[in-house]
Amino acid sequence: MDLQVLWFVLVAVLYTGFFVLEGFDFGVGILLPFIGKKDEEKRAAINTIGPLWDANEVWLVLAGGATFAAFPQWYATLFSGFYLPLLLILVALILRGVSFEFRGKVESPRWRSLWDTTAFIGSLLPPLLFGVAFANMLRGVPIDGNMNYEGGFFNLLNVYALFGGLTFLALSALLGALFLNLKTAGSVQETAEKIAKRLGLPSLALLLVFVVWTLLTTRATPAVLAIVFGVISLVALVAGLLAARARRGGLAFGASVLAVAMNVAVIFASLFPNVMVSSSDPTFSLTIRNASSSPNTLTVMSIVVAIFLPFVLAYQGWSYWVFRKRITAKVEDLNY
Amino acid sequence: MDALALARSQFAITTVYHFFFVPLTIGLSLITAIMETIYVRKGDETYKRMAKFWGKLFLINFAVGVVTGLVQEFQFGMNWSEYSRFVGDIFGAPLAIEGLTAFFLEATFIGLWIFGWDKLSKGVHALAIWMVAIGTTVSALWILVANSFMHYPVGYVMVDGRPMLNNFAELIFNPHLMTQFPHTIFSGYVTGAFFVIGISVFHLLKKKNVDFYAKSLKVASVVALISIGGVILVGHAQAQLMVKQQPMKMAAAEGLWDSEDPASLSLITISDEEAGEATVDVRIPNALSFLAYNTFTGEVRGIHQLQEEYEELYGPGNYVPSVMIAYWSFRIMVGAGFLMAFLVLVAFFIWGKKKFKIQSKWWYLLTAAIALPYLANTTGWLLTETGRQPWVVYGLLKTADAVSPNVPKEFVMASLAVFTLLYGALMVVDVYLMVKFARAGVEDEPSAAQVKAS
Repeated sequence: MDLQVLWFVLVAVLYTGFFVLEGFDFGVGILLPFIGKKDEEKRAAINTIGPLWDANEVWLVLAGGATFAAFPQWYATLFSGFYLPLLLILVALILRGVSFEFRGKVESPRWRSLWDTTAFIGSLLPPLLFGVAFANMLRGVPIDGNMNYEGGFFNLLNVYALFGGLTFLALSALLGALFLNLKTAGSVQETAEKIAKRLGLPSLALLLVFVVWTLLTTRATPAVLAIVFGVISLVALVAGLLAARARRGGLAFGASVLAVAMNVAVIFASLFPNVMVSSSDPTFSLTIRNASSSPNTLTVMSIVVAIFLPFVLAYQGWSYWVFRKRITAKVEDLNY
Repeated sequence: MDALALARSQFAITTVYHFFFVPLTIGLSLITAIMETIYVRKGDETYKRMAKFWGKLFLINFAVGVVTGLVQEFQFGMNWSEYSRFVGDIFGAPLAIEGLTAFFLEATFIGLWIFGWDKLSKGVHALAIWMVAIGTTVSALWILVANSFMHYPVGYVMVDGRPMLNNFAELIFNPHLMTQFPHTIFSGYVTGAFFVIGISVFHLLKKKNVDFYAKSLKVASVVALISIGGVILVGHAQAQLMVKQQPMKMAAAEGLWDSEDPASLSLITISDEEAGEATVDVRIPNALSFLAYNTFTGEVRGIHQLQEEYEELYGPGNYVPSVMIAYWSFRIMVGAGFLMAFLVLVAFFIWGKKKFKIQSKWWYLLTAAIALPYLANTTGWLLTETGRQPWVVYGLLKTADAVSPNVPKEFVMASLAVFTLLYGALMVVDVYLMVKFARAGVEDEPSAAQVKAS
């Protein structure tokens, strides 16, 4: 198989893993202010993702690392070009990461509400900003003949990209609600179910517009694969919402995960074989050909991934199995 | 300051800061794993309480280490895009492999460890903290594979002016790595051990939970003894390698302006860097030759001669790193190292006392000594990284050519300000929590009556 294509797919899969897995734990963070007034309810919500969120975030680290290893030019252009959004994402992820660890460490309502706020903001910003970044990557940004972004900050704030950001944000919140619905019992579960219902239709509307907009505007003719992914994404979300109404929590969450994954797939399928589109001159676009590492590096990386990824999937999957039980808002069961 | 200076400041601040947390993560995960293993094998509940208590302190530290590590992964691309383009074919691979083989291991099993006390069997639970400890070590290995390439590029061929991966085995068996990795790992273990020793002594002086802290002190002292020996021995080998691989760094670290044969070791040297000479220079004859080559003769090249040599080799330019930073950070690191070696013996002296009875206020110095490994770790990296300047990849790419050309100065100023403030605030919170939980100490052992009542 063509190594550059393989690595494009792998990078896409890693980002997809990130948007799905960290997507639902971002969602839980976003819903923190709305999930209950009592501290135990918030703690129950955090405890559902407590053992999982850190490993979920590694999908992002690995996606970044894989982009660097396989497509160094893509990594350099994207990260230096989208400097300020990435700075905000970093600040958000830092605050969010320490919030979970710190909030239970001092017995004071003010202390806790401080870290609840940072967890909320830290969970809200990344899906929004990553949505904006990915939409821009696909829509095209000014990139010069040396592969350098030359567009400044406000270039990134166009309607399509903002819409992409909102879509990612809404989908994350929805995933979070469906995850809480599945993993909690009692008052938290009831609230989560209500929130999921309220978020359902707006999320579907956003996804529909974003997918159609992406398919119609980002290329002269949409890629067939992108259309297929788009249809699956929309059908899956409809199925997920119906399942939620029928109180089939597992099915609702699973179908929504598929919808989010396919939404990311639409972006990557539309992007291919480009990795970053230049709006200055199409010949300046970065592609899987001119942005990639040497065949030697790609071969080594492929072997490493073939050996280690199965282990990673196995033990991460096992950890989800260990923590499969629902969590209640009873103090003795809570860690954070 | 121009954009380059700002980007360098940001990299220095964020990296030094990140490495406040990494060594303790490496050391304390190992010590916690040893404690829990003893619990599993002996069934002594005290060791379980030890694993929980030290593990709690580990987690506060770990959280900040993890989130500041994210910045490291991102800022090569954000601030050093020319560097990323230049070395991407080689440098990206170890970073990605680090994520795949180390970060997943750490992140998944730390979750299992924190939340798994009632869900996993004793043995599997202990295995979880071992996986975390192994993960931190593997992580250090891969990031140092990448770092070693910057100091001593191997395993590549130049294609169109860029290094391309030629031999992966050479890259991961880089001779520079063979000393750098054990030196870093051992110093992580020393950091963890001094942390446990210092806090244990603090509580032994208070005479509460003596058994608990005595056992903690024993475990940590053994770890400290082995690893301080490792640090010093490997450090010596590393310095010998430096004479060959990066002679300029050694000349700067020794304040050696002119080549000498036999070469003398500096006792105290104060240099006028503008003039390129030492204003105060007290040296031990022959000693540097001996340290470098194990014989009392042998040339060690000086800064002026190396500068000439490099100008011939690489063209005009200034190839002298900051002599002041290299010289003093080298001395502080080595001094702190030997002081720690002495203090480990002191810790064993406490072990030798009947029932660990200690009274004098002087013992608090061992608590203060928690700072020593941090001092040595930081100065060690200052020497390593500033001593390589002006190169970012030794002999291949200069730092000045590595910075992102398209990121405006104002952006870098903003991010530098944001990271400095955020990291400063986090440090306050982290130290506050560490001190709070370390001072409070372990909860008293539940008495038999309490156990019955519950």
